[in-house]
Amino acid sequence: MCDQTFVAATFGPCDSCGTASPLMNIYIKNEPINYCSFCMEVMACQGLQKGETLATLKKECESLKKKLEEDRGKLNDVELHQVAEKVEVVGALSIKTRRVLKGHTNKVLCMDWCKDKRRLVSSSQDGKVIVWDGFTLNKEHGMSMPTTWVMACAYAPSGCAVACGGLDNKCSVIPLSLDSNENCAAKKKTVAMHTNYISGCTFTNSDMQLLSCSGDGTSALWDVESGQLLQSFHGHTSDILSLDLAPSETGNTFVTGGCDKKANVWDMRSGQNIQSFECHESDINCVKYYPSGDAFASASDDATCRFFDLRADREVAVFQKDSIVFGASTVDFSLSGRLLFAGYNDYTINVWDVLKGTRISMMFGHENRVSRVRLSPDGTALCSASWDNTLRVIDIFCCFQA
Amino acid sequence: YYLNYFMEKVIVAMQDPDMGMKMRNQRLLITVIPHAMTGHDIITWLIQKYSICEEEALHLGGMLLKYGYIYPLKEPRSIVLHPDETPYRFQTPYFWTSTRWPASELDYAIYLAKKNIRKQGELMEYEKERYSVLHKRINHTWDFVVMQAREQLRASKQRRKADRIVLECQEQAYWLINRPPVCSILLFYTALVYTCVALCLCLQIETCRRALGRNRVKSSICLEGFVKYSEQYQNHDPIMQGCLPSNPWISDDTAHWTMNAEMVPTPTRLRVECWSFSFMELLKDVMGRKEFMTYLEKEFSGENLCFWQACEDIRHGESSKIAEKVEEVYKNFLAPGAARWVNIDSKTMDKTLEGIKRPHRFVMDDAQMHIYFLMKKDSYPRYLKSDLYKNMLAKAIIPQETKKSVFPFMRRQRHSSPSPAQAAAQATEEDGRGKGAGPAGTNSDV
Repeated sequence: MCDQTFVAATFGPCDSCGTASPLMNIYIKNEPINYCSFCMEVMACQGLQKGETLATLKKECESLKKKLEEDRGKLNDVELHQVAEKVEVVGALSIKTRRVLKGHTNKVLCMDWCKDKRRLVSSSQDGKVIVWDGFTLNKEHGMSMPTTWVMACAYAPSGCAVACGGLDNKCSVIPLSLDSNENCAAKKKTVAMHTNYISGCTFTNSDMQLLSCSGDGTSALWDVESGQLLQSFHGHTSDILSLDLAPSETGNTFVTGGCDKKANVWDMRSGQNIQSFECHESDINCVKYYPSGDAFASASDDATCRFFDLRADREVAVFQKDSIVFGASTVDFSLSGRLLFAGYNDYTINVWDVLKGTRISMMFGHENRVSRVRLSPDGTALCSASWDNTLRVIDIFCCFQA
Repeated sequence: YYLNYFMEKVIVAMQDPDMGMKMRNQRLLITVIPHAMTGHDIITWLIQKYSICEEEALHLGGMLLKYGYIYPLKEPRSIVLHPDETPYRFQTPYFWTSTRWPASELDYAIYLAKKNIRKQGELMEYEKERYSVLHKRINHTWDFVVMQAREQLRASKQRRKADRIVLECQEQAYWLINRPPVCSILLFYTALVYTCVALCLCLQIETCRRALGRNRVKSSICLEGFVKYSEQYQNHDPIMQGCLPSNPWISDDTAHWTMNAEMVPTPTRLRVECWSFSFMELLKDVMGRKEFMTYLEKEFSGENLCFWQACEDIRHGESSKIAEKVEEVYKNFLAPGAARWVNIDSKTMDKTLEGIKRPHRFVMDDAQMHIYFLMKKDSYPRYLKSDLYKNMLAKAIIPQETKKSVFPFMRRQRHSSPSPAQAAAQATEEDGRGKGAGPAGTNSDV
């Protein structure tokens, strides 16, 4: 049970009786209401009287879920690995670390590439956010955040700003200044405000809007310029740990994964939860869309990664092995979607064949957990961030007979 | 929890040796209690310190009392602030709810036991009920509870009467707040938890119902789609097929990036091929979009792409500019006799015009979608068959693979590139206008 999903404390006139008092803000069917404690109690008791007990609600929920699973199974006429039998096997992979980015003094928790394919931003438990030119290893900007554990960071599409957030419960946007005398962090602008830690953030198609997800179980869309909340998304019953924006034509959806073992797909415009998948056996640490936008992958503490097809509306592959017992914390696809890179808590990165469901290769090199793997925008390299305080830029090549 | 922080600030201010409240000894029957203040003093101080009116001071004072930061010496059962001679005292920080939350069952049991032992019949009805409930629940530690209670009573007997009374009042006030008699606070929290859980279930039910109604695609079709996608993009995937002339991360040569920069005189073959994979790929690429625009203008349907771009700009731009942008779009594309009028079906047009009266970010969505699919189904396939595209494809570059260096251990110098932030700043300076001419999310050349 999340501690602050629907509850925040403000002061003002009660929506029901009008008296100024400390208010509780909750959401009924996506509508925010602000009641004083007395009116809240009255409303809750009315709910109780209607005979709609928790027990009946639970029962209805269970039966609907069962029916949903049956429906999903009806159109399941073939499995992914069967379809992939005719596809050629991926050859051996040559994997080499090409850059090691040293500079953080504590665990690196997150990273993101710039659209220019060589710059990247990283954030760390040491409270610092660093913008690197990965190619030259040059640190271009270094910013100190007021709290440690900066758990999320993102590069703006224009390359002119970065966003970051963490234990401060806020997500801030920092314009990247080129004046070496100017302190970037001074121009920091708070955009997102949650009631618990920020676990993930991303810009949408422009610098003007920011999506954030939080330990308070909600995600939200913000207008960067004004800091205004444009839309909030409710439905997770526990911390949300990751989000990803869909690369689709109409660009209107995103997926989140959290501690309630659910992966939910949301419509940004209406705020509705349009699809939900509950297949993992433990916390989902990361979600990432397949390059076409028709599917997504998830990484979980249950030591598996899973592949979900959005058009078929079901889980179509599970990437697991008896020898893999540590949780997976991060995933990303190669450009063609054929390979899946997954970082694990046993310090390794496994490379999976998405179509055949088999593991192709294992990467060693980090001296602690891998917290994030991300393919560069043109697919030329993979960056991995780790709790060993470093980031690595890795080139991977398939020695493949075409 | 900001509430606690703020209140604690007030309390600290109240206890400031210079500017805080004037404390005096209060007479309580025959005992003198030091370091106390009257309700009247509290109100007066709050009014002066924060320049507020009496009503607000009463409210604030009441909050401090309700949350346990001050407690009354007389009538310890009441948690209402009396602005008269009623004496109050500051609760010791040990008992502040912010530091002690949540109060444990064991502590409460000990407190009730003490009360029971000290004076038979001193427990109130609700306290008696709870006492017996606790007795059942933590029966295995009951000996410990009774022993603790006796010990604490014995220790307190050795204190001065004044101290003892103060301590008893402190404790009583603390428990009044943390284990209130059946009243709004208790019911309120229960109701709140219930509401949260019920809400979660309701949302899940709603999601399930919606999911049951959705159209699904047969697995064989979906999965075949993944196979096709991987095949189609295999040549474009540097991991699967390498990249030409070389992967910059391996060779330290940035030629690959230079050749694939946003605007180049001649694009690479792979890039132009990609435009034929999907309409989205064509539009995503700035060069592709420019080429497509050239084609559309030849066909006198360039306004469609302009309209689409303008709608994207509304959707992804600043909130503050939405109204003016919508107005512009209406004037240029939708108004009767507009210079670049777009052909939308009447139903969509009516809906859009209605929506424009109250412009918001998504007001153009339906119209934009209509034009998008129009271009996708009609103009795009024809573009791919056109001479314009075919010529582009023919003259596109296939870079030569860089031969491995004769001296492989001699590393090339890694050149830096202008930061996108720098390029944008320069552009702003040069033009005197902001970047905004192009579609949202434009980035500069590497």
